[in-house]
Order: sequence, then structure tokens, then C-alpha cells
Amino acid sequence: MKVFEKIFKFNGGIQAKTKKNISTTSPIKQFGLPSKIILPLRQHIGKLAKLKVSVGDHVLKGQLIAEADGNVSAAIHAPTSGKVLSIEKQLIPHPSGLPDFCVEIEPDGKDKWVQIKPTNWKKIDLEKVNKLLLSSGIVGLGGAAFPTHLKLNHGKAENSLKTLIINAAECEPYITCDDMLMREKTNELILGIKLVHEILGVEESVIGIEDNKTVAINLLTKAIENEKNIFLKIVPTIYPSGDAKRLIYLLKGIKIPKSQRSSDYGIQMFNVATIIAIYRFLEFGEPSISRIVTITGNLRSPRNYEVLLGTPLKEIIDAAGGQVIKNNTFIMGGPMMGFKLPSINVPVTKAMNCIISSEPDMVEEKKPVLPCIRCARCAEACPVQLQPQELFWFSKSKQLEKAEEYNLFDCIECGCCSYVCPSNIPLVQYYRFAKSEIIEERQEQEQANIARERNEFRILRLEREKQERAERNALRREQSSNEDKTKLIEEKRKAIADALKRIEAGGEEQ
Amino acid sequence: MLTSILIVIFLAALIGIILGISSIKFKVEGDPIIDKIDSILPQTQCGQCGFPGCKPYATAIANGAADINQCPPGGDEGIHKLADLLGVEYKPLNAEHGEPKPKSVAVIDEKTCIGCTLCIQACPVDAILGSAKHMHTIIEKECTGCELCLPPCPVDCIDMTPIEENAENWKWKYPVYKIDKSSERRVS
Amino acid sequence: MINLQSPFVQGSSSVSTIMLLVLLTLLPGLFLYIHFFGLGILLNVLIATITAIFAEFIILKIRKLPAKIFLTDYTAVVTAWLLALSIPSIAPWWITVLGTLFAIVVAKHFYGGIGSNLFNPAMIGYAILLISFPAVMTKWQNPSHINDMGLSLSIFLGGIDNYDAIASATPLDYLKTELLQGKNVSQIMNEPIAKLTQMQWVSFGFFIGGIILLLTKVITWHLPLTYLVTLFVIASIFHLIDPNQFAPFQFHLLNGGTMLAAFFIITDPVSGPTTPNGKIFFAILIATLVYVIRVFGGYPEGIAFAVIFANICVPLIDKLSQPKVFGHE
Repeated sequence: MKVFEKIFKFNGGIQAKTKKNISTTSPIKQFGLPSKIILPLRQHIGKLAKLKVSVGDHVLKGQLIAEADGNVSAAIHAPTSGKVLSIEKQLIPHPSGLPDFCVEIEPDGKDKWVQIKPTNWKKIDLEKVNKLLLSSGIVGLGGAAFPTHLKLNHGKAENSLKTLIINAAECEPYITCDDMLMREKTNELILGIKLVHEILGVEESVIGIEDNKTVAINLLTKAIENEKNIFLKIVPTIYPSGDAKRLIYLLKGIKIPKSQRSSDYGIQMFNVATIIAIYRFLEFGEPSISRIVTITGNLRSPRNYEVLLGTPLKEIIDAAGGQVIKNNTFIMGGPMMGFKLPSINVPVTKAMNCIISSEPDMVEEKKPVLPCIRCARCAEACPVQLQPQELFWFSKSKQLEKAEEYNLFDCIECGCCSYVCPSNIPLVQYYRFAKSEIIEERQEQEQANIARERNEFRILRLEREKQERAERNALRREQSSNEDKTKLIEEKRKAIADALKRIEAGGEEQ
Repeated sequence: MLTSILIVIFLAALIGIILGISSIKFKVEGDPIIDKIDSILPQTQCGQCGFPGCKPYATAIANGAADINQCPPGGDEGIHKLADLLGVEYKPLNAEHGEPKPKSVAVIDEKTCIGCTLCIQACPVDAILGSAKHMHTIIEKECTGCELCLPPCPVDCIDMTPIEENAENWKWKYPVYKIDKSSERRVS
Repeated sequence: MINLQSPFVQGSSSVSTIMLLVLLTLLPGLFLYIHFFGLGILLNVLIATITAIFAEFIILKIRKLPAKIFLTDYTAVVTAWLLALSIPSIAPWWITVLGTLFAIVVAKHFYGGIGSNLFNPAMIGYAILLISFPAVMTKWQNPSHINDMGLSLSIFLGGIDNYDAIASATPLDYLKTELLQGKNVSQIMNEPIAKLTQMQWVSFGFFIGGIILLLTKVITWHLPLTYLVTLFVIASIFHLIDPNQFAPFQFHLLNGGTMLAAFFIITDPVSGPTTPNGKIFFAILIATLVYVIRVFGGYPEGIAFAVIFANICVPLIDKLSQPKVFGHE
């Protein structure tokens, strides 16, 4: 192992209390079989998965429940064997708090696997691996839930992939699922890194980890002692070092703009849990049916659980001893970027990396919101070097075009600006609103354009039809010139007479 | 006296030439105003404005034959945009032309439909599928919610259903805080 | 609170703590001021503070804003202190009251209150006083009469009759008038009024306070450093060109409100620029204007006018100095 050179520090960021030791004192626990499984069809970025089962079906563990609809989508599998109870709208963990389509399965307790088979991944090419992964249901397990198969390609041909980065920064406070995974499944992680390394054909693999995870760092250092192409790079604990583009800059010194992907620069990045999921799928054939969730915060016994997807969150919270101070508020994700759950009657999804039972200071009415004093602390803290105070001004006064001009869409909503604001302005909320509004406007404009086209087409069509009709009439009029006319009348008369005869004959028959 | 007159004449001529040349050289070939107006209109093609579609209404506005406040689906926002574009004063929506409604799509009750094709002929964006004596269906994605298909239907089998908020089309709301009165006022 | 969203945790900084720190860091300068020039300045600071709080309270009530929240942000007090420290300590009380009222009511609240004022309120107050009462505003307490408390008090309470007994010109003013009399810089510099070491000690006090502000990250280095360096460079260049006409840099750095301005006045966030490059440009602009007004202008001290003029340019400065967004070319 090489001792690593330079860390490229990005602008801004914050050092918040990490509060990670709340959930790292006990090892990961298998949660086991829940009383029911609720699988939302909306668990990933992209199109909803297409249903493959119907109510009453019996499914086996690992059986396909819904398949990916197109390329930007991910499959969903049964986490255990049992009967499909219902397919209807249920509450899902989503910031909207609105229900969405879910498949509910009643476990039969046998936990019987469907036949799964490992892939001989060394023998097949990347394209085939890609196709297989489309059916694996694996998405980015760091919380973004971006379908993984989309990231397993060579990138642009001229600069093929050179570096694989393993995102082990886990920069958000409270969250420890990746940390615990690295501690307990170190070897599996290294095997997974080697696998992805080989599939992608990269030159080096770099694990980027924050310096507060000393146990994992020690274990990993030991595990990669004899690996030539795997490096460990320790980055300072500054939020948001785990953001993909910030981490790439920290490790490689390359600033990738909003409009471009890391693969355009020869870099691909995966979260540690995703690496292990890919490994388990290709090596053993196991699809994505469980994940590790940090259950932490204001609870009697906070810890990390390995749970089946679709497990009702309430059962896990109960297992963790329930809230110490009752306020019934739970946050999914970290305290910086997560969202308040509508209720704990929601299932575990692929994106659920952490559940924080709200500490009192998170739910109490925050300090009053004061006017912006333009102190620019937000600009100093912004890791994207935006001018949050300007964006705030434009978003608040709904000058959306100006907000866009000031690069609103480069904002990663990391929350650093809100964190440092001495006037307690909920800056990110304004950016979310402005972005939503602009996106909706764009969609409406697009729809209006389609409607305009269709309307114009229709008017053209009507005109054409009218013209055609006129032409036909003219033609007919021309044809029916003098002699033809008499002929035609005679023919018609004859036809009528024939018809009458037929009717009479018919009447007699009856 | 004479020199000053000459100077003024000379200056006038010079400036005139400069202006003339620049007006030829820097001529802006913009969208014709009708297209610009049309791009603001919501393209519902509902005819509530009193014209047979959005383009005719845009033409009428451009010719001064219609006011900017006759489009209920465009709402207040649309009127503001038109006022900005044309450099005229904003006016509230003219109630004669109807009131803004939540965005809806038409849904045909498939049991009642007799397949008369009258609605198909009425639809301005060809969003209804079907043929004579066969049940008709509306392509939900293409429906602009213009309600033009409602009056021709002889059996009243078409309903307008507002588009519900769901996890797909849901969006973040404008943050509301009590205290910050001073800046709230500036916004409005 | 409707739709509570992330982030759910928050740092500890608040407008109140920032403003309190500014007040605290003004104390070293204030103490040295009292030590060298007597208690007059303290009376001025007190009367300005009371006026500011009172005016703020009334206006907040009229505007129907929660008085408690906006009074405890201490911005009004900071404005009052900065104005009081800029006014000569022997000015009569109504000068201070008038200036403070103008700063709070007109310069701050007429523009929309905290966060919306285009101009530095304290400097608007100062400029109004300077234009209206130039005679009083350019006379400084003569430190040799510091123990003449009775006289100071009588002047403070309204009598300006005996003004000249304890007042003297400020060094900047003195330099200006003496140069007009035909003396050269080195002659003037040797005279006691121009070597007012007491005044330089007060500047030193503000400098110490400013360093604390920098260390506690209440302000960034951009404004004070650029301001002082620019003033140093310009003063040095002119002094090199003609040492008989132009005072050396230390005279400009240590006299007048240079230090107070560098760390406390031009660093006002509301009326200043927000981008790093913008701050640098803003400071250069102010320093240049200060020098030009001091040396070539009609007033002995030019900070207030320089700041107000630079405030006008802030929107443009901000717009033109936008930093590069991460990953943008």
C-alpha cells in the first residue's frame, strides 16, 4: 500500500457534531422476519417498476415481484416467501407524505429461497453484467437510490474508466450503517472492490473515508496491505465530504460540473454497501432484498439493524426500545439532508440508510427567522461556491429566472447554508421550492408545446380533409357528364328494382 | 449664427446616418409577436377567450382586437407575463370568460359511452381515440382539460377529474414563517 | 412551523452573538478613549445607546414588528456606538441624539429595517451631522484639558460658548489648514497637535478589537486588510512624490477613524458586498476615496462619504464579482 499524497480541500463545508457513537457501540443485528412486508414500487430514481405478480400469488424469497421498466428503473424482489395480500396505495417513506402503490406480502415463515445461481462474471463482458444487474434490483444504497447498472459501463469511449472510488465517507451526522458494515464485513468489501475493479477494468481503486472512523480505517488498512491497486485515502471530517463530486475533488482534485458525470472523467463511484450488494449478487445470485439501517437518536437502544426491505419501520423502532422522550417525530436520512417521515407506519426501502428518532432540539420551534443581514457566512460555507444569499433573495421573491441565472440547479441541497445562518433562515427550503417550481414550469411548457403541435396538426388535417372532399366532389361532378348521367340513373333504377324483387322473393320464402 | 446652424445640421445628419446604419446592421430578427404571445398562452385550446383556439387569440391580442385578460387557464400568472411582454398594465382576469379551475383531465365513463364520435370531432388536440359505435378513450397525457368535449356528448358520459397530487407530481411548498413580516411585505 | 424540513440541526451563531461580539471588541478602544480624553465619550455612547433603543422600539411598534426579537439583535446598539465613537467627545448631547435618530429612523427603518438598509446607518448619521454642524464636528477634545470635567459637562449639556477653551483641531484638520498656510509636512509633523499620541493609542485599541473580530471569524480578512494596505500604498506613493506636501503613511493609518473604519465600519455586512473579490474591490474603493477626500477634498476626514459612496456601488460590485461555481469554467 502506498502512503497517500494530497487531499484537495474543497471550499466551505461545516463541522457539525457527528453523534455517530450513539449507534456504534453494538454490532449490526439481524432483524429477522417481520409480521408483514410492504414493498413500494417507488424505491428508486427513474420509472416505476412493472408489476409481475397479482393478489393471491405465492412468492418465494428472491422472486421477482416487479421488473425494471426500461433502462432507468430497477427491479423489486420478494424479501421472503409468502402470499401476496394486496396491491394498493399505502403510506411510503417519501417527503410528500402521500401514499403510493405497494405490494403487501404475508410471510409464510418458511423463508424459502427461489432458485438462485451465481454468475461466472469473470467470463462475461461488461454489457452482459449490466443486463444482469438490471434484474438484480440493486440501487445506490447511500441514500440516493440511483439504479446501479446505469453506472456500470465504460463511460465515454475516448477516456475510459481509470479510477474506481468507494465512497466510505459517510459524512452526515448520526449515520453509521456504512461504518459498521466496513467493520463487520471488511473482507467481503475488499472482495467486492476487487470484483467491481475487474469488471470495470480500472487501474486503481480508492476508498475515501473520513478520519473519524478509526476502527474501520485500521481494519481496512490491514485488509489491503497486500493489494497493489487498492488505496485508502483518509479525508478530514468536514460535511459534505461524502457528496460524490466533493469526494472526487478531495481524492483526485478534479472539479466535475453539475452538467457532467464522473464517468466522463474516467471515474466511477460506489457506496460501500452497494459494492457488497453487487458482490453478493454476482457471486451468489442474491438480489437486493435487505439492507442495513441505522436506527438512532432519541431511542432506548439505538443500533444498526440488517432488515428485509419492506419491513414495517414501527416494528424496528419497537425493537430498539422506542423513544426516550416521546415526540413521535422521525427523520429518514441524516439530519442535514433527510426528511421528516409522515409516520412510522412506513416500510423500509432501498434508500432508507438511517432513521433518527428526533432529539428534542430538532422538533422544537427553532429560533425566530430574522431578515438576512448579508453576512455571507452561507457563501463561505457553500461547498459549491454558490451565493446562497442571492439565491435566497431570488427564490423568496419568486424571481425564478434570476435564481437559475445564479446557478440554482448547481445547489446540492446539503444544508450547510441553513446550518450556519445567524438569522435562522431556512435557505434550503426556499431552494427546494424554487427548483420544484421551475421544474413544473418546464413540464407545463413542454405539455403546452405538445398541445400546440397537436392542435396545429389537427387544423392541417381538417383543412386537408376539406380539400380532399372538395376534390372528390369536383371529380364526381366531372365524371357525371351527360351520357354517363343517364346511364348512371338507369343503372340505379335497375338496382332498386332488383332489390325490390329480392325483398318480395324473400317475403314469400318466409 | 450661421456656424451654429451649420453645426446643428451637421450633427443631425451625422447622428441620422449612424442611427440609419445601425438600424440596418443590428436589426433583430426576433420571433414575430404573435408567436411570442402564443408561447405564453397555455395551449388549452379551450376557446373561453372567445376565439377558436390559442393562436387566434394570440393574433387578436397582437392586432389589438382582444384584451390580455381573457384566458382563464393561463390564470393571473399568464396575464402578468403577457403584460410584461407587451409592456401594458396588468388587469385582473375578466370574469366574463370564466374562472381559473384546477388542472383537470376528461374521463369517459366507458359503460355509458355509445360511440357517437361527436367528442372526437370536438377535441382540439386529437386526444380522444375510438371509432363509430366503439367505446372512446381519452389519452390522459394529451388532454388539455379544455372541456370542449362535454357539450357535444349526447349521453353526458364525460367527466372532468382534477389531477390529484401524488408522489410523482408532488412539489415542495413555499416556506411560510410567522415572524418575518418586514420581508414578506417586500415580496408581494 | 409549517413543513419542517432539513437541516434539522443548526450551528450556534446568531445575529445577537455577532453583534454582542462587535460591541465587546469595541471596548478596548473605548477604554483607551476614556483614559486619554475623559468621560465625555462615555456620556456620548450612553446617550446614543438610549436614543437608539428608544427610537428602534417606537419604530418597531409602528411597523408592528416584535420589538423584543429585533431589539435583542443589538444592531441598533452597534449603530449607536459606532456613531458616538465617530462624533467628537465634547459635542453637545443634542448632536448625538440628532445623529442617532437620523441613523436609526431614516437610514435604517425608512429603507426597511435591518437587512434592507442600502447605506451604513452610522455613517449616514455622521455625514448629516458633518454637513449640518461642521464647526462642532471637526473640533476634538484637547487632551490637556481632560480634567476639566465641569467644563466638559457644561458643553455637553448645551453651552458651546466656552468651546474653544478645551477643544482643538483634529490632526487631520490641523494638517490641512497648516498646509494652506504655506507650512510643509515635516514642520507640521513636529508640532504637538499633529503628534497626538493619545489619539494613536485609541486607534491601537480599535486595532486590537479588530484582531479579535478576525480571530473569532466575525469578519473576514478581505475588508480590513485590503483597506489598510491600500491606504498605506497610496499614502506612501504620494509621500515619496512630494514629502513636503503629503503626510507619511503612519499619519494616515493612525489618525482619524482609520482603524475604527477598517474593522468596524466598512465591515457592516448589510450595506457591504458579499463576495470575496467584491469585498477587496470595495475596500480599495473606500481607501482611495478616503485619501482623496482627506488630502484633496474639502473635509478633513472622508470616511463617511467614502463609505456612503461605496455603498451605492455595492449591487454592481456584487454582480460583477460573482465567484466561480464549483466545476464551472
